Amino acid sequence: MERIYFDHSATTPVDREVAKVMLEYMTEKFGNPSSVHSFGRETRKAVEEARSSVAALLGAAANEIFFTSGGTESDNLALKGIAFANRKKGNHIITTAVEHHAILHACEYLEKQGFTVTYLPVDENAMVSVEDVKNAITDKTILISVMFANNEVGTIQPIKEIGQLAKEKKIYFHTDAVQAVGNCHIDVNELNIDVLSLSGHKIYGPKGIGAIYIRKGVKIESTQHGGSQERKLRPGTENVPGIVGLGKAAELAKIELDQRISHLTNLRDKLINGIQEKISDIKLNGHKEIRLPGNVNISFFYVEGESLLLNLDLKGIAASSGSACTSGSLDPSHVLLAMGLTHEVAHGSLRLSLGRGNTEADVNYCLEVLPQILERLRSMSPLNANSKLAANNPCSQCDHH
Amino acid sequence: MYTEKVMDHFTNPRNVGEIENANGVGEVGNAKCGDIMRIYLDVQDDIIKDVKFKTFGCGAAIATSSMVTELVMGKTLDEALKISNDAVAEALDGLPPAKMHCSNLAADALHEAIKDYISKKGK
Repeated sequence: MERIYFDHSATTPVDREVAKVMLEYMTEKFGNPSSVHSFGRETRKAVEEARSSVAALLGAAANEIFFTSGGTESDNLALKGIAFANRKKGNHIITTAVEHHAILHACEYLEKQGFTVTYLPVDENAMVSVEDVKNAITDKTILISVMFANNEVGTIQPIKEIGQLAKEKKIYFHTDAVQAVGNCHIDVNELNIDVLSLSGHKIYGPKGIGAIYIRKGVKIESTQHGGSQERKLRPGTENVPGIVGLGKAAELAKIELDQRISHLTNLRDKLINGIQEKISDIKLNGHKEIRLPGNVNISFFYVEGESLLLNLDLKGIAASSGSACTSGSLDPSHVLLAMGLTHEVAHGSLRLSLGRGNTEADVNYCLEVLPQILERLRSMSPLNANSKLAANNPCSQCDHH
Repeated sequence: MYTEKVMDHFTNPRNVGEIENANGVGEVGNAKCGDIMRIYLDVQDDIIKDVKFKTFGCGAAIATSSMVTELVMGKTLDEALKISNDAVAEALDGLPPAKMHCSNLAADALHEAIKDYISKKGK
């Protein structure tokens, strides 16, 4: 059976050119960039070239890019590094309710360390209001962290406006752009971004590598200590194959960006329109237009996400869901709940995230099998348009949730 | 993550549907948890002549519902009342640990349906 991959927000395949150059830096050019000899010098050069490629993708200077192990580390470094370095100035951080757990859990940690965090709500499209950001600012605010684009529902936040506001108020602005890099045009100067997180494996690069952009002059401290690598901000021998791979992936992303955006937008709209035409009782999650080019997130009423995923998988289609069963917890996605979805609608959500390798034939196949799956699952479901959802019949152990 | 038996009952569920004049109906779970199971019984002379189910839920929820209907078909009510959630999971060669609480409620739904039958009969 042919397999179709619609889960690019989870991870992407490594580009062949990326893999090729990485292999070279594992087997032949394996030197430690800190070494003085020729083996070291050739990897040092490669690391600096990769830094320039990542910088170019963001409109940044090379010395504003630091390599990390990925999005989670970049987010942690941004929040903790800025919070601890600016403690004397204030202890207040503003973020949103729909951030990735790398942000939310780092914020919870900072709260335990004496910081105060405001979690801004979002509207029904998962959009943050600039006015809310403005109203949340106090004279103790040191950092605003708002994701560029949401990983689940794809909504793109008003980054430029928030950046402008932060700039006027002289507050640092961080954005988790893990999903947006390689899918959106990003210029850190135009958008007034001070700190930005990105990850390699979301842009056809390898896992285990990421980067953080830190505008020159931003006061930040290291969260781990060791040697002088990455100008002491992120000590540890450089992951040279990963860095070189990320550099190549960034280079390709810059070259292909316009083409990727138009290809993905086209497929995304075809998929959304097709589903809306063929299947009733659904809800598109996320903003209709201001969303990631490859993101489709739809709730199918009266069915549960995991059984949808299993059925799609049996047909060769890989997707993901915000249902509790797939989130590894007993609650459905915090993003969908923050948007005001009821639990049962959140449980029935399906995310199809498209990538550059997907074709119209993939979309057509999905549009062929999805209605059949929905019909089958709905015929088995005790819920329908007339069901009164039984709040009066809780499962005996739900208090534990 | 699921056993072959779970996937078998998930992909080819037995006894799906409603019984029009069911004399016992039981429902457990709620939409908040992401699982709702409803069992319909046709009981004659204390024997389960027919049983059907409708379930909103994950793979485990659907498979356990299907399995419980297979286990009780033709059984007496006393026999059916002895079937536990754990026995259903065991008949499926086990469930992933995370599913043991939230999606393993099919026997509860069956017992609710039997209670419903008994209370209706009493009237």
